[in-house]
Amino acid sequence: MRENLRDLPRAVRGSIVRHGATDSDRTRSQIVANNFFLHAQSARVHKHSLRPSTTWGLGLIALILFAILCVTGTLLMVYYKPSVDQAYDSVRDLGFIVPTGRMMRNVHRWAAHGMVLVVLAHMARVFYTGSYGGRRAFNWVVGMVLLVLTLGLSFTGYLLPWDQLAYWAITIGANIALSPREVTDALGLTATFDLGGLQKSLLLGSSTVGQEALIRFYVLHIVLLPVVLVAFLGVHFWRIRKDGGLNRPADAGARLGPDVRNGRAIFPEGSGKTYGLMALVRGRTGAVDRGPEHTVSAWPHLFQAEMLVLVLTTLAMLALGYLFDAPLKELANPSVPENPAKAPWYFLGLQELVSYSAFAGGIAIPAIAVLGLMLIPYLDREEETSGRWFAGPSGRRIAALSAVFAAAFVVAMLWFTVSVGWIRSWFPASPQWVITLCNPGTVYVVAFALWSAAFARRTRSTRMGAMALFTCFLVAFAILTYFATFLRGPNWDFYWSSSDWPAH
Amino acid sequence: MTHPPKDPSLEPSARFRREVPRRDFLGLAALWSFLTTGVVMTMGALRLPMPSLFPETGAKFRIGPPDRFPPGSRTRLPERGILVLRDEKGFRALDLVCTHLGCITRTEPDGSFACPCHGSRFDAEGNVVRGPAPSRLRFLAISRAPNGDLVVDRGTAVGPDRWTVA
Repeated sequence: MRENLRDLPRAVRGSIVRHGATDSDRTRSQIVANNFFLHAQSARVHKHSLRPSTTWGLGLIALILFAILCVTGTLLMVYYKPSVDQAYDSVRDLGFIVPTGRMMRNVHRWAAHGMVLVVLAHMARVFYTGSYGGRRAFNWVVGMVLLVLTLGLSFTGYLLPWDQLAYWAITIGANIALSPREVTDALGLTATFDLGGLQKSLLLGSSTVGQEALIRFYVLHIVLLPVVLVAFLGVHFWRIRKDGGLNRPADAGARLGPDVRNGRAIFPEGSGKTYGLMALVRGRTGAVDRGPEHTVSAWPHLFQAEMLVLVLTTLAMLALGYLFDAPLKELANPSVPENPAKAPWYFLGLQELVSYSAFAGGIAIPAIAVLGLMLIPYLDREEETSGRWFAGPSGRRIAALSAVFAAAFVVAMLWFTVSVGWIRSWFPASPQWVITLCNPGTVYVVAFALWSAAFARRTRSTRMGAMALFTCFLVAFAILTYFATFLRGPNWDFYWSSSDWPAH
Repeated sequence: MTHPPKDPSLEPSARFRREVPRRDFLGLAALWSFLTTGVVMTMGALRLPMPSLFPETGAKFRIGPPDRFPPGSRTRLPERGILVLRDEKGFRALDLVCTHLGCITRTEPDGSFACPCHGSRFDAEGNVVRGPAPSRLRFLAISRAPNGDLVVDRGTAVGPDRWTVA
């Protein structure tokens, strides 16, 4: 008994931590494998995966931002009241009477913007390193679902402050959901099949943005979408592990050079003989009779790198939250629209398209873009260049060429629509279906599709075609977002600077 | 050890055995009842967000006696988002909600309408002049209350040539 008491601290520690002193790769592996929170990662990690240029840590930053959003969001829920009479005041009070309330709201806001930005950048990284091929195809689709969920979370959170900006941005968003009526009206189907009306009613629970809409957005924002997102995140990470960790080029080992320490190879090359462990391991077993070249223990190498990213990301968010206050306009007023009523920045490119046609810009083109992105790994199945940025020099050239083409094309089209006009400027009586089918937005889609089809044909490579298309998409998204953010003013008119806006 | 020869009459019919063995039948029955339960429950749950009655105030509202609007006037009622027009033929009510994405249009000095959200323009009669609006501004039906007040029905759109006689 006395002995047991004396050993109590050691016994408790031993019951929690099951490995001994960290003095060998074996215990370092056990640290990872025996820890619930660490075992989602592998015990050993390839050196290529640890290089910053492999991923720039973007997926990890997105995850960290999501964690920051969960923490700050839960704290904000302590004070937030989802009622049209109290929501605005409860958000405003955060800045005045709640200790750290302003900081929490600011960090929540900037982390939300950051998460959208980083998720987009992560998608671009995975695309340009060709890391969606083979067995990873479905994980790319899961990633697209995560992108849509991220945007949904941002959109639903946008209404909650119940200020003018929130009210009118969501009014516009809800009416975009209504816009399939442009098509059903043209076909005379609205009476029997009113998809737009159904979508809008589901979203708002009413015909206008009001208490029902606020509570629906709140439930989506704090429970439904986060839970679904976490489920898909689990699948996303699990599949990365199952697919052999981060993607790397086939010659990653050779690129890193021989694995030497003190001038001697650590692991002498094996006989080169391979063994198949029938029905147990997919493919050939690479590790038989050979050392685990170019891998290091995840503990501490990988975890130190991840801790660094965690600290930097958190510091960046704290700095943003300290320096810049999240905006809060005046209380929502359903009879006077904000002018201009702008959506959050990542939807402004779409808002520019919506200002040509609600259905084409708000539903058809986003749907085509998301579906097109999802199909990429199924249409492009070339894996030779997988893991290499831009698939080598020729891909780099095609990406650069496509970026220049898309930039020139979009700028020219914007100039044309602003200073010359579009179909309605010449034929005011033209029916709506003509506008829906033929507007600057649909012209972009057709032009980019033709451009990348031409490249795919000329290079006889689906990868190069995909590269051209994805680059066009990304550049157009960036330019339209910039244009709508900085160059559109009251009445959605063009202004070089917001200092030229008329006073109203 | 050898089994005694089986009595053929105790065997399930050959036809039945070939199509679905008993063990598989139970398994399939379990699978399908599981799927059916899941689908029925999901569909039932999905009915929840669509209430039988939407929580909004009635679409009809009074805008006051006819002499509130003198002949030849165009009166904006901001709290209702409508413009009441009275000319020699009678009354009309123009819905100021933009047909593009639901913003409230502003009246320009020349009597035309401009939407602040995406730049749709309508002439003084509410016809689309330019911009993304898919259709003209709506005229709303006007009726009379028993005491003579004008009543506008937001739920009923009428043509631009329907006047309510004073």
